[in-house]
Amino acid sequence: MHDPLPTDSVGIVTPQTLHFDTPITLACNRTLESYDLVIETYGELNADASNAVLICHALSGHHHAAGYHSKEDRKPGWWDSCIGPGKPIDTNRFFVVSLNNLGGCHGSTGPGSTNPQTGQPYGPDFPVITVRDWVHSQALLADRLGIECWAAVVGGSLGGMQALQWSLDYPDRLRHAVVIASTPRLSAQNIAFNEVARQAITSDREFHDGRYYEYNTLPRRGLMLARMVGHITYLSDASMGEKFGRELRDQAYKFGYDAEFQVESYLRYQGERFSESFDANTYLLMTKALDYFDPAYEHDNDLAKALRGACCEFLVLSFSTDWRFTPARSEELVNAMISARCKVSYAEIDAPWGHDAFLIPTPRYTAIFEAYMDRVAREAGA
Amino acid sequence: MRPDLKIIEQWIKPGSHVLDLGCGDGTLLDYLQREKRATGFGLEINQDHITTCMGRGVSVIEQNLDTQGLGNFEDHTFDTVLMTQALQAVRRPDMVLDEMMRVGREGIVTFPNFAYWRLRWYLMRRGRMPESETLPYKWYNTPNIHLCTFKDFEALCYRKGFRILTRTVVDGEHQDRWLSRLWPNMLGQIAIYRITREDS
Repeated sequence: MHDPLPTDSVGIVTPQTLHFDTPITLACNRTLESYDLVIETYGELNADASNAVLICHALSGHHHAAGYHSKEDRKPGWWDSCIGPGKPIDTNRFFVVSLNNLGGCHGSTGPGSTNPQTGQPYGPDFPVITVRDWVHSQALLADRLGIECWAAVVGGSLGGMQALQWSLDYPDRLRHAVVIASTPRLSAQNIAFNEVARQAITSDREFHDGRYYEYNTLPRRGLMLARMVGHITYLSDASMGEKFGRELRDQAYKFGYDAEFQVESYLRYQGERFSESFDANTYLLMTKALDYFDPAYEHDNDLAKALRGACCEFLVLSFSTDWRFTPARSEELVNAMISARCKVSYAEIDAPWGHDAFLIPTPRYTAIFEAYMDRVAREAGA
Repeated sequence: MRPDLKIIEQWIKPGSHVLDLGCGDGTLLDYLQREKRATGFGLEINQDHITTCMGRGVSVIEQNLDTQGLGNFEDHTFDTVLMTQALQAVRRPDMVLDEMMRVGREGIVTFPNFAYWRLRWYLMRRGRMPESETLPYKWYNTPNIHLCTFKDFEALCYRKGFRILTRTVVDGEHQDRWLSRLWPNMLGQIAIYRITREDS
């Protein structure tokens, strides 16, 4: 399909599976005796390992952030617009690492993996993972790759939470944290949306308390509904209006309950496709990780207090029409950073696409990201 | 560096924590960081300036003084709060000054003097709103909505109980001229004021 590949693409990439057999103890006090992490890397690590950038993925993301797996691939990795030669995260200068987090369903150990104690898939027995656990596992990954200190840890949404957690848990192991379209903690409304998504999954008849693997079935319908709810919250009213309006698939109303409006069939299509490629237990786990994230919790609900130990520099970006994690949530984070005397830069990008705007290049977003990462690269000697 | 920034720079002690309101492309903060180990933030609304600041390693926050104020900064956070050539462009300069003195120990403010003799002459002779090198706008498109004179500013400081530590009067090129020191409100184009709270 892509012959030749775009010149600003990292090209054909191959994921690698790294096996870890030192036990890791999680926030829920349970231990995984061994586990796999699937990663992709782009660019070259320089001699003093100072040019490494970690990309943290969002809710339904994974290790495939840029490039193509084959020439037949129709779509590149999920953040291809920002990672590649000459792009904001310039692979001519940086060594970029992206991974599928623990609990994921794209090769890293997760609910669908075999539980060595039972020989069956973990299913609901897979421990609930927190953002802190992910960051812990990513630090072990850095050790494995010989990276003492990341030039930057970068992430949007749930990925931004991981970047923030890095700055708190391993302050000496990153020089910059780039937190995009994120929040220091979920609001009640955010948690409510996640709960609707989880209820959609767990109330699916095919869910079987999470043991659907053993029944050789999948809670497709529940996962589809969960994704539909999520998808609505990632877009803005304006972007949906522009894309679909009230357009009908056929000319006239049919006075029935089939998908008549274009937006209905779009959501159904997206939901169905998602339910074929994503694991329901992973979706539950990832939304729970979102809900639990609250670094201020252990510091008397004082975010500034939590941030006092952070010594990296921060770039915080928000998007004007993001109503899932509004600019106000980013400002809350920035104000806590100011109060904690962190070095922080902040901008609100005017973009019409809601929360998803962090995946879509706009001139100002690209310019800021590029300028900031250029400086990170210069500091790293890259 | 702009001559006025050079003058200001001399008043910043090494290691100071500084807030620069309307920091532009971050030239001054960048200099203070490198040469004086200063820390701090710039506030700016111009998008290109914000990008430039980020590229050169100056911490910049996109924040509009008119709509957001300085409410996100705690009392007595900064050693110095700077505002060069922006006082006349904010909606409530008096409130901005209050905020500057709340969050900072010292304030440094520069603004164009509307009592400068050329402007007085322009208005007297033509009966129209003055235009000059330092005020290159029409009355209807100027960002300067609260022009004042040195005397006005000093009266406001007096009323608020702010003490003027230093006043340096410069011309349009930000050069210090002996003549303008002689009769500043008539002959000075731009003043650089260093102020502090009376009680501090």
